[in-house]
Amino acid sequence: MKDLTFETLLAVFEEIFGRSLFWVMVAAAVIVTLGYLYVLVRDRAVSWKKFLWAQLSMPVGAVLAVWFVMFMTDSRLVDLGGPIDLVVFLGIAVMGAVGMAILVYTLESLFGSKRTKNASQK
Amino acid sequence: MDRRHFLKAAMLGGAAASLVTKEASAQSQPIQTSARIVIIGAGAAGTALANRLVRRLEGAKITIIDPRPDHLYQPGLSLVATGLKPAKYVVSDTSAWLPGGITHVTEKVASVDAETKTVSTETGETIAYDWLVVAPGLMLDHDAIDGFSLDMVGENGIGALYAGPDYAARTWAAASRFTEEGGTGLFTRPETEMKCAGAPLKHTFLIDDIARRAGNAGKMNMVYAAPQSSLFGVPIVAEKVRMLFEDRGVSTMMNRTLTAIDASAKRATFANGTGTETVDYDYIHIIPPQRAPEFVVQSGLAWADKWTDQNWVECDMQTLRHLRYPEIFALGDVAGVPKGKTAASVKWQVPVVEDHLVAAIQGLEGTETYDGYTSCPLITRIGRAMLVEFDYHDNLTPSFPGIIAPLEELWISWLMKEVALKATYNAMLRGKA
Repeated sequence: MKDLTFETLLAVFEEIFGRSLFWVMVAAAVIVTLGYLYVLVRDRAVSWKKFLWAQLSMPVGAVLAVWFVMFMTDSRLVDLGGPIDLVVFLGIAVMGAVGMAILVYTLESLFGSKRTKNASQK
Repeated sequence: MDRRHFLKAAMLGGAAASLVTKEASAQSQPIQTSARIVIIGAGAAGTALANRLVRRLEGAKITIIDPRPDHLYQPGLSLVATGLKPAKYVVSDTSAWLPGGITHVTEKVASVDAETKTVSTETGETIAYDWLVVAPGLMLDHDAIDGFSLDMVGENGIGALYAGPDYAARTWAAASRFTEEGGTGLFTRPETEMKCAGAPLKHTFLIDDIARRAGNAGKMNMVYAAPQSSLFGVPIVAEKVRMLFEDRGVSTMMNRTLTAIDASAKRATFANGTGTETVDYDYIHIIPPQRAPEFVVQSGLAWADKWTDQNWVECDMQTLRHLRYPEIFALGDVAGVPKGKTAASVKWQVPVVEDHLVAAIQGLEGTETYDGYTSCPLITRIGRAMLVEFDYHDNLTPSFPGIIAPLEELWISWLMKEVALKATYNAMLRGKA
């Protein structure tokens, strides 16, 4: 690989997903993150009630992320062949878990559920 | 891909933007010129170069000559021939990749007159040039195999994935029957230089894996037949492939050149140096001899003393500049250099030719060199590959030393081939990688 610059990386990601889908995904990630930061600032504290659901959703996010990558790439778990494969595999799982937790926490803070609706006032 | 990943990329963006701007500003002033540049071939090399030149030059008259309406993503043919991707995965419009402001002549080149600096097309059009880039790709000489013609592909256990997307799909039709019914499979390669010398090996590994997954390993007699005495041009890779073949139970017939087939009897004839021998098969994969297009030798551009049966363009190994005509460059498959008939090589060759061409227009000497970089994500089964990269000197040149081991069967190398390679290729075509 030659000249692996940030511009090259962007061009490659644009090609993988298509230019519009890629930037929609980037925008979605930015919006969810901004939403997360917003509720943190608004509530001035992490609500552990909301965080419970977020934590419980983490394994689901991890499994979904791994399943998605395996499915999209005709791969199976037995294809993991070296240390770097394990790093990539765990990385995907961790990213799925963390992403899911942030998403669930943000959604619950913004839209709330009966159980946590007034959590921020407590 | 997870959104966190993109977030990370987006956050990196702020920091990296300054670097990108800095790099871009160095080349941001296009060179004013009225040079006439002709590029023969709108494949991977010609297209990538055209897209880069329009950014470097202003006022240049760039003409690209290629009659083919379809652009083929050739690294994908191995996946089509094993049913992992549909034929359309490798096909796109040639014109869709070309930049605006250049002339696309949809004709076949008949000859080049390097003395008067003109290119003639088969319809008699003559195009004058100041600088010429010869990048027409290569010819598959199917007629060199007696008894074989392309209409046979897909029937009677005959495959030929190099011939194009439809033939690759038909190859899978024949190969999939073989993976179910079993028998003897012959996997061949030609005596000449060839595109991606890893492809015959990949096809062998993949067909073996597919049969294995179907529970038919016991019915398969896999045979790899090659005119060379080793399994790969780079000794350390050849030795690794030998071990893998031993592990998978693939036997080898070295120093055998396929010369003929009898399709009805399912019998292949090989030349073995002293005579001929025949082998019965249930499936045969044919890769014919490969040569430069006719006009190269007829126009006097080929090597006189090397590859005399293949006629690759005579050029400097490092700069790809023609040794007798300094205003001519060779690029891609047609270049007469010892390695480098892959899309990955093109990715490294294009900036070198761009550098020397743009420098020459300004009356300067270019400084970039090409050291034979070739890359082959050598698939060893569905889900695993070895990211083999090497140069002219048979040295391994790993892009990620210490992280992605070149001679290890890894999932990440497969991911690169499956997900990232086409995207990188497309970015290269647009001149961005």
